[in-house]
Amino acid sequence: MKIKDIQDQIVEEFDIFDSWMDKYEYLIELGKSVPVIDDSNKIEENIIKGCQSKVWLHAEKNNGLIEFYADSDAIITKGIVSLLIRTFSNQKPEDIINASLDFIDKIGLRQHLSPNRANGLNNMIKKIKFYAIAFSKTN
Amino acid sequence: MASIFKMNVLNNIESIRKEFPILNTTVNGNKLIYLDNAATSQTPNCVIDSISNYYKNLNSNIHRGVHTLSQLATEKYEDTRKKFKTHFNAKSSSEIIFTAGTTHSINLVSSGFNEFLSKEDEIIVSQLEHHSNIVPWQMLCEKTGAKMKVIPMNNNGELDLIAFSNLLSNKTKIVFVNHVSNALGTVNNIKEIIDKSHSVGAAVLIDGAQAVPHFRVDVTELDVDFYVCSAHKFCGPTGVGILYGKKEWLDKLPAYQGGGEMIDEVTFEKTTYSDLPNKFEAGTPNIAGVIASGIALDYINEIGLENIKEYEDYLLQYATDKLLEIDGLKIFGESINKTSVISFNIKDIHPYDIGSVIDNLGIAVRTGHHCAQPIMDFFKIPGTIRVSFCFYNTTDEIDTLVNALKKASTMLS
Ligand SMILES: Cc1ncc(COP(=O)(O)O)c(C=O)c1O
Repeated sequence: MKIKDIQDQIVEEFDIFDSWMDKYEYLIELGKSVPVIDDSNKIEENIIKGCQSKVWLHAEKNNGLIEFYADSDAIITKGIVSLLIRTFSNQKPEDIINASLDFIDKIGLRQHLSPNRANGLNNMIKKIKFYAIAFSKTN
Repeated sequence: MASIFKMNVLNNIESIRKEFPILNTTVNGNKLIYLDNAATSQTPNCVIDSISNYYKNLNSNIHRGVHTLSQLATEKYEDTRKKFKTHFNAKSSSEIIFTAGTTHSINLVSSGFNEFLSKEDEIIVSQLEHHSNIVPWQMLCEKTGAKMKVIPMNNNGELDLIAFSNLLSNKTKIVFVNHVSNALGTVNNIKEIIDKSHSVGAAVLIDGAQAVPHFRVDVTELDVDFYVCSAHKFCGPTGVGILYGKKEWLDKLPAYQGGGEMIDEVTFEKTTYSDLPNKFEAGTPNIAGVIASGIALDYINEIGLENIKEYEDYLLQYATDKLLEIDGLKIFGESINKTSVISFNIKDIHPYDIGSVIDNLGIAVRTGHHCAQPIMDFFKIPGTIRVSFCFYNTTDEIDTLVNALKKASTMLS
C-alpha cells in the first residue's frame, strides 16, 4: 500500500472514536500488541532525543524497501510509534523522503501532545527521514 | 484586595477559590484540577490587579526621576523590600535583593564565589537538589578547580547528616541545600546543616523555593548566609525572585552584572559601585512584578501561614491515605516531615502514560524527573508522577484524582 493510503486508513480508524479517552485506549492497545524491536537494537545510538519517555528506532533495508523497528518504555508513545512504523515500513527510500505526514494532524493527535512529546514526535519523523536519505544512497 | 483575615482555610475554601480565576477554567472539557503547585502556584485577583494597576497608574522608572510617578513607583518598590525584610526577619532591608527567580539568585551567589575558591577547596551539595542548585555550582567548579561533594540520602528521601558531618572540613567553603525538596517534599533539617557548616567556617546557601509558600522562614534565627526563593511559587508573578544575604557576605561578594542603577560614579578610568542593595540590581528591574510579589506575600500572610500549613497537612494526609488504596501504588519520599507533595508510580506503568491519560480528564500533575535526576537515579526509576497541593485544593479534587488514576491504571495495565 502507498504511504498516503495507509495514512487515510489510519484516519478512518480513528474516526470511529468520539472521545479522546477512546482514542487513547486504541493507542494503548496498539502499544501493547506490537512487538517492535529486538533488544539487541535497544542501544544508545538508536535512542531518540527530546522524548520524556525513551524511544528507540532502528531501520534495515531489504530488497530496496526500508523496514523500521522501534520501541518505547511508555505505552502511549509506543502506540504512536507503531502508527509511524505502519506508515513508513516496507516503503522505498524515495517515497519516504517525499511523503508528507498528515494523519497526525487529521486525527487530532498533535493537539493532544504536550510540547515535550510533540518535540519528540518531530524528532522521530526526522530520524525516519534521515534513515531514508541514508539508505537512498546505498544499494 | 480580598479581605480575608486570619481564619481556618477549610471553612473558607469557597471564598478562597473565588479569588483564583483560573480555577474556573476547563481543560479538555473537564473542570481544571490543578495539582502542579510545586512547579508554579496560581495567581489570586489581588496580585493580577496589582500588576494591572501598576501599568494603569504608576508605570515609570524607579530610583531615577524627580517626577511624582517615579517617586511613587520607587516608594512602592522599596516598601516591598521592607515587607520581605519583615517577613524573613532580616536585620536590614538592604539584605533583600530582588532577582528574576531562584535560579537567578543562585547564579548571582555562585558566580561571586569564583573569587573565593581555589582548587584545594571543596563545596557541598545534597543528593536532593533541583538542577538549578547543582549546575551553577558545577560551572563554578569547572572554573576554579574546586571539588563538589554530595550529601547522600536514605530510602525515605531524607539527608544523611552523619555522612554530611564527615564531608565537612576546613576545606569546605560553601554548602548549598534546599530547605524542601521539590521532587519528594522532604523538609530538611537545615538548622543543623547551617550550624555544622559554620563550625568549620563554611558559608551556607539555602534554596527555599519550596519552603516559603508553606511555612514561615526566619533568616536571623536560622543564622543562614544566603536564602533564595521565587515569587511564582507563593501566588506571585513569574520572573521575580528574592535573595536574602547577610550584609557581611553581600558586601564581600563582587557585583554580578554591570549597568545602570548599580553604580556610584562612572568614568572611563574607574567605576565605583553603589551600596547594597543596588549593587546587585543593575538595570531596570521587574518593578510591576516585584510590587505584585509583595501583594502575594500580604495575601498568604492574611490567610496565615499557620492556617495554610494546617490545611495543607490535612490534604497531604488525606491524599496519602487515598492514594495508597490504589493497587500497586508506591510513594517515593516517605519522610515524616514533608510539605504537601506526593511523588509516586503505579506498578511499572510509565509516569508519562498516566500523566497523559489524566490530563485528558482535566487533571494537571507533573511527570518526569522534576529537574532532579540524581533523585531518580537513586531510586532507579525514569521519573514519577508528582501531585503537589496548595491551600485552594480540596478533598473533592483528591477524590477525582484517585478515581482518574484508577481508571488510568486499568487502561494501562
Ligand atoms: C527547589 C527548587 N529550586 C529551584 C527552582 C527553580 O526556580 P525558578 O525556576 O523559579 O528559578 C525550583 C523550581 O522548580 C525548585 O523547586
